[in-house]
Amino acid sequence: MINLFEVSQTNKMIEEENLDVRTITLGISLLDCASENVDVFCRKIFDKITNYANSLVQTGYDIERQFGIPIVNKRISITPISLAAASCVKSKEDYIKIAKTLDQAAIHTGVNFIGGFSAIVSKGMTPQEKLLMEAIPEALAVTEHICASIVVGSTRTGINMSAVKICGKIIKEAAQLTKDRDSLGCAKLVVLCNAPDDNPFMAGAFHGISEQDAIINVGVSGPGVVKAAVEKAKGKDFGILCETIKNTAFKITRVGQLVAYEASKRMHIPFGIIDLSLAPTPAVGDSIAEIIEAMGIEKVGAPGTTAALAILNDQVKKGGLMAAQYVGGLSGAFIPVSEDHGMIESALEGNLSLEKLEAMTCVCSVGLDMIAIPGSTPEATISGIIADEMAIGMINQKTTAVRIIPVIGKNVGEFAEFGGLLGRAPVMAVHSKSCSEFIDRQGQIPAPVHSFKN
Amino acid sequence: MEKAIITTVGKDSIGIIAKECTYLASQNINILDISQSIVDGYFHMMMITDVSCASAPFQTIQDELCELGKSMNVDIKMQHSAIFESMHRI
Repeated sequence: MINLFEVSQTNKMIEEENLDVRTITLGISLLDCASENVDVFCRKIFDKITNYANSLVQTGYDIERQFGIPIVNKRISITPISLAAASCVKSKEDYIKIAKTLDQAAIHTGVNFIGGFSAIVSKGMTPQEKLLMEAIPEALAVTEHICASIVVGSTRTGINMSAVKICGKIIKEAAQLTKDRDSLGCAKLVVLCNAPDDNPFMAGAFHGISEQDAIINVGVSGPGVVKAAVEKAKGKDFGILCETIKNTAFKITRVGQLVAYEASKRMHIPFGIIDLSLAPTPAVGDSIAEIIEAMGIEKVGAPGTTAALAILNDQVKKGGLMAAQYVGGLSGAFIPVSEDHGMIESALEGNLSLEKLEAMTCVCSVGLDMIAIPGSTPEATISGIIADEMAIGMINQKTTAVRIIPVIGKNVGEFAEFGGLLGRAPVMAVHSKSCSEFIDRQGQIPAPVHSFKN
Repeated sequence: MEKAIITTVGKDSIGIIAKECTYLASQNINILDISQSIVDGYFHMMMITDVSCASAPFQTIQDELCELGKSMNVDIKMQHSAIFESMHRI
């Protein structure tokens, strides 16, 4: 039978170390909503989303109450809209209409984000996908709850450099259209390589075409719990350090598995996956940077940081894999600068550069995430940063992403304020030399040799 | 059987267990196990209870226990036992 020590340990994790379930994300296929008329399509997607997600927020709240574990976000991911809407969109305005409908669906169901205003263009773009990309800046400016993503590469296909060039342009446009809110539009837009179909985390969540009609995916969290455990292993060898992280990740993931099982049972929607990612928040004690520092790195960004992050990422997976029935999504450690108190501090003190963050993304789950750069950064340079990150993903057969915010009107050292979970970010320096000739080439970077496995 | 874990933490005083048990009995909740300790004058108790025949909904009992705790200057929290079993048992 459960004993007093175990109960105290769990409740200490929740009350003092910020253990929570970061998101219950309901994936919904919109493929059957296709219509040749955009108004009919909008009505169908609104009805389908609100019908499936009707009880999502209340279910999350009920589970939270019954088990005493906070569930921070309830969200929805949808079929990449450029696929579902392909037969009805004729203009940018049609996509804006769809974005506003999705925003209304989010408000109606009470979720904070719907992800999937997306296009998968890793090998080429259909006219509808190109239109979508052009519509993204305005769509993000006129809505509150929509997240957009563009998949521009994969290990199997190589990298669509024409799409990478467009991404640089639309990121600048999105920044310009939301300049009164520190270019917040860009915080809801992510460019991906090797994007998973079942990611529950925003901004890159979409309901992939390999998925069934509806599915419950859950993202766990708990950097504070891992940090507290790592602190107890101070001075111990790497074997003990790794065991400590693994044990902790196992316990955290078991809570996620329970919540996923309960949500699935109560909503009569199948359970999909647990995403094992450690996701920070701006709160002190809920930081990936603090875990790295607890391992013995004076400040995140110092030599040793990449190795420490590699240990963390791998042990979280090893602990989590046994704890969950199905694992998927991004599954690793997130390093969003604006959402991590320790990252912000280190960037501000000059200990963390864009280049070091890029190196860190080789061993963690996502990529350059929530990084503010000067608003004057050229489009081609943003495309170059994206190309570098996509190349890391393509060659290493892992998911990588770029969510970068050129903050219009702000320069290095100033702060961009996004609020809430998106936090605040110091504007970081970008390399001043140009890559525009490289980006202007356009076309496709061929798939790497190790993708030919058949 | 549906089990709930009730934890009570706070400054020790006379009648904490008595009042809690009286309330639980009034709600038709059976107590399966109690462990309790006092550290530096602070009362720490855990009860394992069977709530499958409880006369009120889970959330109502949670709220009423919380109110009862406030009247005795202790925090009373009731959680479904599955969260602890998931985390600590394979």
